[in-house]
Amino acid sequence: MPKEISGANILVEALVDLGVDTIFGYPGGAVLPIYDALFIDKRIKHILVRHEQAATHAAEGYARSTGKPGVVLVTSGPGATNAVTGITDALMDSIPMIVITGQVATHLIGSDAFQEADTVGITRHCTKHNYLVKSPEKLGDIVHEAFHIATSGRPGPVVIDIPKDVQVATASYRKPGKIEHKSYKPQVKGDIALIEAAVEMLAAAERPILYTGGGIINGGPAASQILRELARITGAPVTSTLMGLGAFPASSDQWLGMLGMHGTYEANWAMNQADLIVNLGARFDDRVTGRLDAFSPKSKKIHVDIDRSSINKIVQVDLGIVGDVGRVMEDIVKIWKARAHQKQDLSGWWAKIDGWRAKKSLDFPASKTEIMPQAAIEALYRATRARDPIITTEVGQHQMWAAQYFHFEGPNKWLTSGGLGTMGYGFPAAIGAQLGNPNALVIDIAGDASIQMNIQELGTATQYRLPVKIFILNNEYMGMVRQWQELTYASRYSESYSDSLPDFVKLAEAYGWKGIRIEGPDDLEAGIQAMLDHDGPVMVDCCVAKLSNCFPMIPSGAAHTDMILSDHKVSGEMSDEAKALV
Amino acid sequence: MHIKEGQHERHTLSVTVTNEPGVLARIAGMFTARGYNIESLTVADIGDHDAISRITIVTAGTPAVIEQVVAQLDRMVPVHDVTDLTLLGDHVERELALVKVRGSGDHRIEALRLADVFRANVVDTTISSFVFEVTGNSTKIDRFIELMSEIGLVEVARAGVVAMARGAEKV
Repeated sequence: MPKEISGANILVEALVDLGVDTIFGYPGGAVLPIYDALFIDKRIKHILVRHEQAATHAAEGYARSTGKPGVVLVTSGPGATNAVTGITDALMDSIPMIVITGQVATHLIGSDAFQEADTVGITRHCTKHNYLVKSPEKLGDIVHEAFHIATSGRPGPVVIDIPKDVQVATASYRKPGKIEHKSYKPQVKGDIALIEAAVEMLAAAERPILYTGGGIINGGPAASQILRELARITGAPVTSTLMGLGAFPASSDQWLGMLGMHGTYEANWAMNQADLIVNLGARFDDRVTGRLDAFSPKSKKIHVDIDRSSINKIVQVDLGIVGDVGRVMEDIVKIWKARAHQKQDLSGWWAKIDGWRAKKSLDFPASKTEIMPQAAIEALYRATRARDPIITTEVGQHQMWAAQYFHFEGPNKWLTSGGLGTMGYGFPAAIGAQLGNPNALVIDIAGDASIQMNIQELGTATQYRLPVKIFILNNEYMGMVRQWQELTYASRYSESYSDSLPDFVKLAEAYGWKGIRIEGPDDLEAGIQAMLDHDGPVMVDCCVAKLSNCFPMIPSGAAHTDMILSDHKVSGEMSDEAKALV
Repeated sequence: MHIKEGQHERHTLSVTVTNEPGVLARIAGMFTARGYNIESLTVADIGDHDAISRITIVTAGTPAVIEQVVAQLDRMVPVHDVTDLTLLGDHVERELALVKVRGSGDHRIEALRLADVFRANVVDTTISSFVFEVTGNSTKIDRFIELMSEIGLVEVARAGVVAMARGAEKV
């Protein structure tokens, strides 16, 4: 019988056994025993954030950039409720995350005790699974099981709620063997008969397109490699969702750019005109499909997803394959080669695509007097691409511009809040990414409104000497809200002006950061260079054209073929049906 | 603007789950969160050593929604198996109801006569009332309640639908 140790120590032992070296957290009454255990046992590095929401986003950034699960530790009540946004974000974007929450002692549960909240109740629908641990004997196994659930199948957040008395009480801990869950058994390998059918459909297609998503990033670097091989042998064009950027190299001739609401003309038209769509780890999100009854009307559709419920949820497909997208692609490539299929002559298809490319949908009006936000991203890309940076974003126009004008060659370099669209994600995610990749250049591309949603984390970066960069595209607006108001509500700018902005340079300096303001096009390159030359954290306030909008754009309720390419086509009002779709 | 709805079908699902705290809240909550209907839900431990409960859910929706309901249930961590018995075809459904009826004279005699037709048992009686226990499929119970309401229905308690596939095999 092994020696009995406290629940808090069981937690630490289990985390160490699971390979955890970094956790993000904030102490409080209901987790004091765990914090004491962390103080005495130095094997885990704890990063003290300034708000629990930031701990969850930092854990997401850590997870997305390293492929390892992110771990969060917060107290009961407000600690747990503050974490809910990040937990939901991780659920929507399938990010592996473990959130350990303190809870009041078991005999106080349900008594409205100080800092009590029904954490398992609150997080039931924003987690992949959650646990309330009632005894220290069960804690070790639950932690191991929680990691298994968070990291396997479709990854997601798992909450472990640990009452304070369970942290103090003692039990023995033993590292469990391989976890065989009684009911949770995700299907990793796809059905071979279905995969064979997919191969034949691909071999026969005249206008195929590979539509890739975040699932490929979750499949690990091997999945990105096999995607390249699949593209090579089939010669098919490749487009990606926001979440999948980086899985396929942007420098490839076969790359069409992102698709969807702010995707390229060629990507959306190719989706519309294709005779075969192969959805690889994406989920037909409404930001991708546009108007559903006009979505890719002429195509057969194959959907590969590890989550069975993703298949036929939005778009009815001809062939659904449940399995890990990397493994399924491997089988597709194997069978393709075994059957000695040759690349189809797709020259007619590529000629059409080149015609759409000639529209140059990402062109934007130049300006000599103002910094165009698109030009700012392009300049940032030129100045940093050789260093293969990790880019995080907040949510809004700057996020879409970053997706359009920053280009990625590999996975795990692009961290953004896609599903939930959480303003305030990018900065803490950059902190998490920097901790997971100490030598990488990590830049949060932000907007003036979004950055204020977790601005308190300036102190965290200072404390841990993290050289993260924040690059704010400052247009003094919640730009995407304003853009929608222009399109939908006759430019009635209801509350979308960023009044009373702080002086970002002084704010940075107040936290011991370097602050740089870039005021005009002539300062742009020098300003970016100064940011890169400083080896500590830098906040750049880049003043950009105030009323620029993000194009191309598929307005809400419109089809892929109804893209708006520039400001001239923006109408003032929309029907109620279109308004309701936003 | 008006909100449109599609054609609904009624499906009976059989779900086995690990009998652990919160599992029912998890399942019921998923239906609410995703906007699915629950017409009936029954749950009880089925006496397995592994602490397994069997849940029978009657839901209604378009075929695409029903497919989603099954997939969404199936992906939940404590769910072992989901079977769409309606899709499977041949299955039996039973429901139990307690029906309290008040009346005197001819009404009382008629109530007993109808109960006999429906093979309902009297489980409680006073000079002026009966409590009947009736089992059968939901339509039979609806019909029994309808008839009793003409005689003097006081109150009804229904257990909800339990269902099982026909034949020798375990589904």
